[in-house]
This record gives sequence, structure tokens and C-alpha cells, in this order.
Amino acid sequence: MTQPVTTFPLSMRIFHWGMAALVLSMIFAGLAMVQSLQTWQPTVLALHKAFGVVALVAVLLRLINRLRSRVPALPADLPGWQVFAAKASHVLLYAALFAMPISGYLMQSAAGRAVDVFGVFMLPPLMSADLVWYGVFREMHSWVAYALIALLVVHIAAALQHGLLRQDGVLKSMWKR
Amino acid sequence: MSMIPRHKVTSIAIIGFAVIALICAFLYAAGVFGKKQVTAQQFVDFQQGENPHLGFRRAHAKGVCVRGDFIATGELAAHTRSTLFEIGSTPFIGRFSIGGGNPSAPDLESGVRSLALSFDAGSDQQWRTAMNTPPVMAVGTPEDFYAQLQTLMPDPETGQRNPERIAEFFANHPETENFRRWSAQYQPSGSFSSEQYHSINAFYLINQQGEQQAVRWAAVPTVQIDENQYADTDQAANALALDVRDQLEDGTIVFDLVFTLASSDDDENDPTQPWPESRQQITAGQLVIRQLEQDAAICNNLNFDPLILPRGMQATNDPILRARSASYAESYRRRARETWLGKEQQQ
Ligand code: HEM
Ligand code: HEM
Ligand code: HEM
Repeated sequence: MTQPVTTFPLSMRIFHWGMAALVLSMIFAGLAMVQSLQTWQPTVLALHKAFGVVALVAVLLRLINRLRSRVPALPADLPGWQVFAAKASHVLLYAALFAMPISGYLMQSAAGRAVDVFGVFMLPPLMSADLVWYGVFREMHSWVAYALIALLVVHIAAALQHGLLRQDGVLKSMWKR
Repeated sequence: MSMIPRHKVTSIAIIGFAVIALICAFLYAAGVFGKKQVTAQQFVDFQQGENPHLGFRRAHAKGVCVRGDFIATGELAAHTRSTLFEIGSTPFIGRFSIGGGNPSAPDLESGVRSLALSFDAGSDQQWRTAMNTPPVMAVGTPEDFYAQLQTLMPDPETGQRNPERIAEFFANHPETENFRRWSAQYQPSGSFSSEQYHSINAFYLINQQGEQQAVRWAAVPTVQIDENQYADTDQAANALALDVRDQLEDGTIVFDLVFTLASSDDDENDPTQPWPESRQQITAGQLVIRQLEQDAAICNNLNFDPLILPRGMQATNDPILRARSASYAESYRRRARETWLGKEQQQ
């Protein structure tokens, strides 16, 4: 029999912390840029879209990698509702990580705009400009962002709780070997 | 109740502090604690006023949608990688409009007339431009523009503009002089087709060698029409739109698209300063408007964001230009949402 693993494989940890930095930056950039009239706004917006495409590719690879990896079990003494909450929140996190860039791309598509990815290539719009669809995807991009923010607050609070209060190895499992 | 051990109290405090700090960071970025500078939302709130016209643009709400072809001369091609300017023809969607957020405002009373264009020759050759009749802005930053619009607002009590405040604003903003000089001599013509529409903001053209050249452009009319035949009729409110319809019934409306090249003496980031007449001008081609687009949705679907530029063109650092994208997006978001939810007003 193979030994049960106690930590996430390196590949998953790289995906986790790389995407954590990317996604948090995307959220802060997004919230600030939709309001700003300052000269940096168009520059940050262009980066937001390009890195958003990177985030879509990253979450896809991450999910594939996850399905092929062995992941540590949650502590045996964890109450059932917390096990459920942990699993459900991870599923929702993945869903939001897909929905964010997809709604972003669909929003730009419904505006009839191509997405410039670092000047290297262009993603063409998937439809001709349509005001109603723009409305749907534009609002979706905001609402999913708010849901993602709420999930992340709970996620980070839970992770710290595992690390500092329960000291049950869950935080370490994503942190070190 | 049993005591919570001390190390746990510390941990709970750390977690609580971290969570509150995180929430505050999100709220701060979202502007909940206020923003120092005027935001896109404040700007658009101001433009739409107390009673927004749901489903309509918050600026230039009233317009007519048209279609045509851009016939490029090829003369600009050496200055830009954009293929739109190589000899040939590209279809476009256009929109004539008047300034202001009222979709049923009387055509002939607006101080500003506009032409917006959208070209789509493939993903990296999309170009949208929104042009106005004045050749320059009165002021050079979004903050000053916001202050200017507020100064020009009629007093809610008297319904009158306050001439003293206006005089004071202009005195404090000497950069408004070029705009005021233009305003003083400007005579609106009888037709959308006989106005000259300016990019106002400058942009860079990027050529095959990667060199950049600052430019402004204008749609220059090819006809002169002083009188509008609807001006003194009961259809005067839609005089400009009806005139466009009439002209397109059996003909075309043609503009020259003329680019002006900056010299090193010109500040491309300052939209308040005209460039001298002596600067090199290149006629990139002709804008041939062929038909009225009956389906207004074709134009309403579009946001004529002036930062949708083809490869081969780039934005300058002009603070006004860079403020436009976010405000247009906010207006576009509002009217899209209202249209989606079926809240749009009938005109
Ligand atoms: C910055 C503070 C963060 C901490 C301390 C943290 C901590 C952790 C820990 C300890 C786990 C493992 C949970 C388990 O054993 O099942 C985990 C999983 C996860 N985290 Fe985070 N995280 C943080 C930020 C983020 C961010 C910003 C994202 C979103 C991009 C994110 C997305 C995820 C996902 C999707 C999982 C599930 C991984 C899987 O099972 O495939 N985390 N996190
Ligand atoms: C992980 C991926 C992404 C995250 C977390 C994210 C997050 C955000 C957030 C928080 C906002 C501000 C929303 C608001 O305050 O209403 C925003 C706005 C925006 N996002 Fe994203 N985004 C992502 C991907 C993308 C992608 C892939 C695109 C396009 C290709 C995109 C395009 C935009 C645009 C254009 C806006 C501004 C909309 C406007 O000005 O009205 N985003 N994003
Ligand atoms: C900071 C300065 C400016 C702000 C905040 C601003 C704001 C706006 C807004 C909110 C819209 C409505 C967008 C939509 O819903 O699609 C709009 C439309 C328009 N703007 Fe501006 N604008 C600014 C400067 C300019 C300048 C300098 C020009 C001319 C060169 C211009 C020309 C136009 C035109 C022609 C339209 C109508 C486009 C159409 O037909 O859809 N604007 N503007």
C-alpha cells in the first residue's frame, strides 16, 4: 500500500500560490480601474485583460493537474460540516476562477472587441456587438467577482484557523514539503 | 464557561485582524472610503443628472446611425502599420450625434455636434473614434473638465447659468483661451454633413520600423450647407437627422479624413493647444457615408471607446484621452444593464 500523503505536491503548491498572487492582483486592479480616470487606467486595463487570459489557461492546467495528483486527506477529527464546507468552498473557488475570465472574455466579445494578449496575439470576439449580452456578462463579471471575494475571505480565515488555532497541518500542507 | 487559553486568544486576535485588514483592503480598492480624484461613476452621475434617460448614452444621447466605406488613399500607410490605411476600402458604422444626455433634445440647439466611427477589419484592425466639432478641449484634465461642467450648469434655483462663476473659472484656467476663441467664432452649419469633426486628443501612429509619430485627425466636410430646410418647421427638433436622411436617400455624404502630424514643438499630451496650420497634413482617405442604418440598435450596441485602436496606432498620455475609456465603459454598462432588464425609456 502507498503511504498517505501529508502535503500537496510541489506542482499544486506552485499553482496555488502563483494563482493566489495573480487573482488577488486581478481583483484589486479590477476594482480600482473601473473607477479611475487617471492616466494609468488604460494601461492597467490592458494588463488586466491579458493577465486574465493567463488566469484562464492557468486554472485549466491547474484543474487537470489536480485531477492527476494525490492530495492529502483532511484531518480525521475534523467535524463533518467543516469537511463539507472545505470541499464545497474549493469547488466554488474553482467555479469562480473559471467564471471570472470567461465572463471577462464574453463581456469583451459582446462589446464586439477583440482581446489583445500582450501584443502577442488577439482573441477574436465570439459574437458581433450586442448591448443586452454585454449587460448580462458585464454584470456577471462583477457579481462573480463579489462572490469570489467573499469566498476568499472565508477561505483565508479558515486556512489561518487551521494553521494557528487547530495547528492540524492543513495550512502546512499547502505551504511546505 | 471555561477560559480560552492565552495562546488561542492571541491566534484569534491575529486571525481577526488579518480578516478585517483583508476586507478593508477590498473595500478601499472598491472606493468605499471615498476616492481623492473624481471617479468614472461620479462623472457619469453628473452627466446623467437627476433624471437619467434609461437605456440611452449618458452623453451624446441623440444621434443617427449610418453606414459607409472608408476609401484609403494609401498616403498615410508609410506612417502606420495599420492596414486600414493601405489603398483599399473598409466598411464602417458611423453615428452623428449632438452633445448632451437628452435623447429628445432639439437638434439645432446643441453647441456640439459629433461623428463617431467604428471600423472592423479583423481582430487587430479594429478602430473606433468619436470626434467633436471643437478642435480643442477647454481644459486638459478630467478633474478640470468636471469642474468646468459644474460651473456651466444652470443654478437649480434660478435655472440660469452663473456668469460670475463662469468668468472666474475661465480666469483661473488660461488654457481655455483657445477653446473660447474657437467658440466665439463658430457658426453651426445647416447640416451634419457640413461640419468638421476633430479627434481633439492626439494619438501615435507606429510605422513598420516601430517609430512613432504623434497625430490628430479630422473628418473634413466636402460640402457647405448653411441653411437647414427643417429649421423653421414643426420638425425642427429633428432637423439634423431628417437632413441626413434626405441626403442619403439619393446620394452620399463624403468627408476627407485628414491627419495632422505633430512636430517636436507640439505637446501631444495637451488637448487644449491647437497645432500650427503649417504642420504637415495627410489625407488618409475619404469617408463615404452611403446609407442610413434604420436599426438604431446597430449603433447602440457599440461603445465608441476612443482607445479601441488598430495595431499601428497607440494612445498618447493625454489625461483627457485616458479618462475617456473608463467613463464610456460606465455609461455603456448602465445603458446595457437597463436595456437587458427592459427598463429603457421610449424616446
Ligand atoms: C493568501 C492566503 C491563502 C491561504 C493561506 C491559502 C491556504 C490554502 C490551504 C491551506 C489550502 C489547502 C486546503 C486543503 O487542505 O484542502 C488551500 C486550497 C485552495 N486554495 Fe488557497 N489560500 C490562500 C489564497 C487563495 C487564493 C487567493 C485562491 C484563489 C486563487 C485560493 C484557491 C485555493 C483553491 C482553489 C484551493 C483548493 C485546492 C485543491 O484542493 O485543488 N487560495 N488554500
Ligand atoms: C481571474 C480573472 C479575472 C478577475 C479576478 C477579474 C476581476 C475583475 C474585477 C474585480 C473587476 C471590477 C468589477 C467591478 O468593480 O464592477 C473587473 C473588471 C473588468 N474586467 Fe476582469 N477579471 C478577470 C478576468 C478578466 C478577463 C479575462 C477580461 C477580458 C478579457 C476582463 C475584463 C475586464 C474588464 C473590461 C473590466 C472593466 C469593465 C468596465 O470597465 O466596465 N477581466 N475584473
Ligand atoms: C474626460 C473627457 C470625456 C468624458 C468623461 C466623456 C464622456 C462620454 C460618455 C460617458 C459618453 C457616452 C458613451 C456611451 O455610452 O457609449 C461619451 C460619448 C461621446 N463622446 Fe465623450 N467624453 C469625454 C471627452 C470627449 C472628447 C474629447 C470627445 C471628442 C473628441 C468626445 C466625443 C464623444 C462622442 C462623439 C460621443 C458619442 C459617441 C457615440 O456616438 O456613441 N468625448 N462621452
